[in-house]
Amino acid sequence: MPRRVALEGSHAVSEAVRMADVDVIAAYPITPQTHIVERLAEMVANGELDAEFICVESEHSAMSAVVGAAACGARVFTCTAGQGLELMHEVLFVPSAMRLPVVAVIANRALSAPLNVWGDHSDVMAIRDCGWIQMFAENAQQAFDLTLCAYKVAERPDVLLPAMVHIDGFHVSHVVEPVLLPEEETVREFLPPSEYPFPLDPDRPVSMGCYGPPYIYTEVKKAQEVAIENSYEKVLETFKEFKDVFGREYRPVETYRVEDADMLLLMMGSYAETAMLAIDALRERGDNVGLVRLRLWRPFPAEELRNVLRGVKAVCVFERAISFGMGGPLCAEVRAALYHLPEGERPKVVSFVGGLGGRDVSVEEFEAMLRRAKERVSSDELEGFEFVGLRE
Amino acid sequence: MMGIIEVRIHGRGGQGGVTLAELVAHAAINEGKYAQSMPSFGPERRGAPVLAFLRVSDRPIRVRTEIKEPDVAVVLDPTLLDIVHPTEDLKNGGIAVINTKKSAEEIREKYKIDRLALVDAMSIAKEILGRNIVNTTMIGALLKATGIVRFESLEKPVKERFGNALGEKNLQAMKEAYERTKIF
Repeated sequence: MPRRVALEGSHAVSEAVRMADVDVIAAYPITPQTHIVERLAEMVANGELDAEFICVESEHSAMSAVVGAAACGARVFTCTAGQGLELMHEVLFVPSAMRLPVVAVIANRALSAPLNVWGDHSDVMAIRDCGWIQMFAENAQQAFDLTLCAYKVAERPDVLLPAMVHIDGFHVSHVVEPVLLPEEETVREFLPPSEYPFPLDPDRPVSMGCYGPPYIYTEVKKAQEVAIENSYEKVLETFKEFKDVFGREYRPVETYRVEDADMLLLMMGSYAETAMLAIDALRERGDNVGLVRLRLWRPFPAEELRNVLRGVKAVCVFERAISFGMGGPLCAEVRAALYHLPEGERPKVVSFVGGLGGRDVSVEEFEAMLRRAKERVSSDELEGFEFVGLRE
Repeated sequence: MMGIIEVRIHGRGGQGGVTLAELVAHAAINEGKYAQSMPSFGPERRGAPVLAFLRVSDRPIRVRTEIKEPDVAVVLDPTLLDIVHPTEDLKNGGIAVINTKKSAEEIREKYKIDRLALVDAMSIAKEILGRNIVNTTMIGALLKATGIVRFESLEKPVKERFGNALGEKNLQAMKEAYERTKIF
């Protein structure tokens, strides 16, 4: 029987990693990720988890260490946030190209300057193209569940890609809430020991991370692209298997009260839970609004997104990041996914940016955003983006 | 059935406000309720005014923002009353739970609060714990003022956090505060 316990979001991740019975952890502590690795270090020290914990001197080394360990066939874990993810940046592109099933959890955090340890998605957007499978969790339960799903899908022999779970710094990482923890045996059955097919082994030598001159580099990149495109179906299968075992259902695109909606709010991360209350309040007053959350960020679920958004009058994209000089990066991808829909089925899209550097967006602000989105749609102010809660 | 109860804890860095919120959240969740606790998101400095937040409800809690208009304001350090005015944005009918030696008349006149729960938690903590850390003591006052969780539900989380011996003392201080808290 699953146990219902109070857990901090960070510790829910640590529990998932412990139950996944990882072999090697390498990490460097950084706010707001610290509690995850603190707890894991404690588990290793107390003998609750039989793993090698490598205390590295930087995030660059953390990723390098887990890449090496994964190449030997170990089940590995690392996690970081914000500046740490940036320092890791160079090495992030290696496991995806080398097809190593590394798993990382990121406690999303803003980027300097000014120095800010609080949450937003600036760090996510900066590593968008690193070739990892990427998912967003909105609460501690999802953080636990999706960490298990990350291992399950990453290690499939027909996937072999690194997978990343994003949890909002502080708003998930530091919140204590109820979590259903499954029996350890159930997790072990769902996630049997990793059997990486090509481990480094002196008796059966293989080459990894070779030089890729111009005559082969393009083909390697094509193969990598095919791999992540194909992983989409495997993510779906993984979510299905997860539901069959644990009862909770995940989809690449998840919806809330979208029936008959003429305006959909679209976003990623934990603020979606607060936004649901705004949807409820507006529905109460007769506004036909609904909510769409991207659970899967890479591979980008364009087809499923089109199916959800097709024929809706307008989409209001809210995001916690800016691509300076361009606008909201999530909005740009949503617009691109809708571009080829025929006229009449293609929603108008308006863009809002907020929740930067940890600033809350209240239920009332989400309501106001949706009212403003309606105005912008009816007056055809579709270009650019507006800030939420900006003090001028 | 009860709706969502929103509690904001005012303390100074190092006084254990976050621990207070976490312990009550653990107790509520162990009772089968829904609860959520969070710190005032950020690097805390010892001695500086800090916040912690606690929500308890019979139904799942979705809102994840800091609490702007609490039903309950718990004030661990009475000197904060003049610095951050923690009771000014209490919801209508809200209650302030304050660690103070002052009388209800004095507090009410100065800060214009309708509903008060007062206890001299500092004396209790010094007497029982031997130090002026009032977070667990003030849980007793919060429970008396709100009935937010049952007293027995704190036993497990407190002992898990502090160990059996120290946990027992903290529970004793909590019980003492529960009994000595006066509601006005």
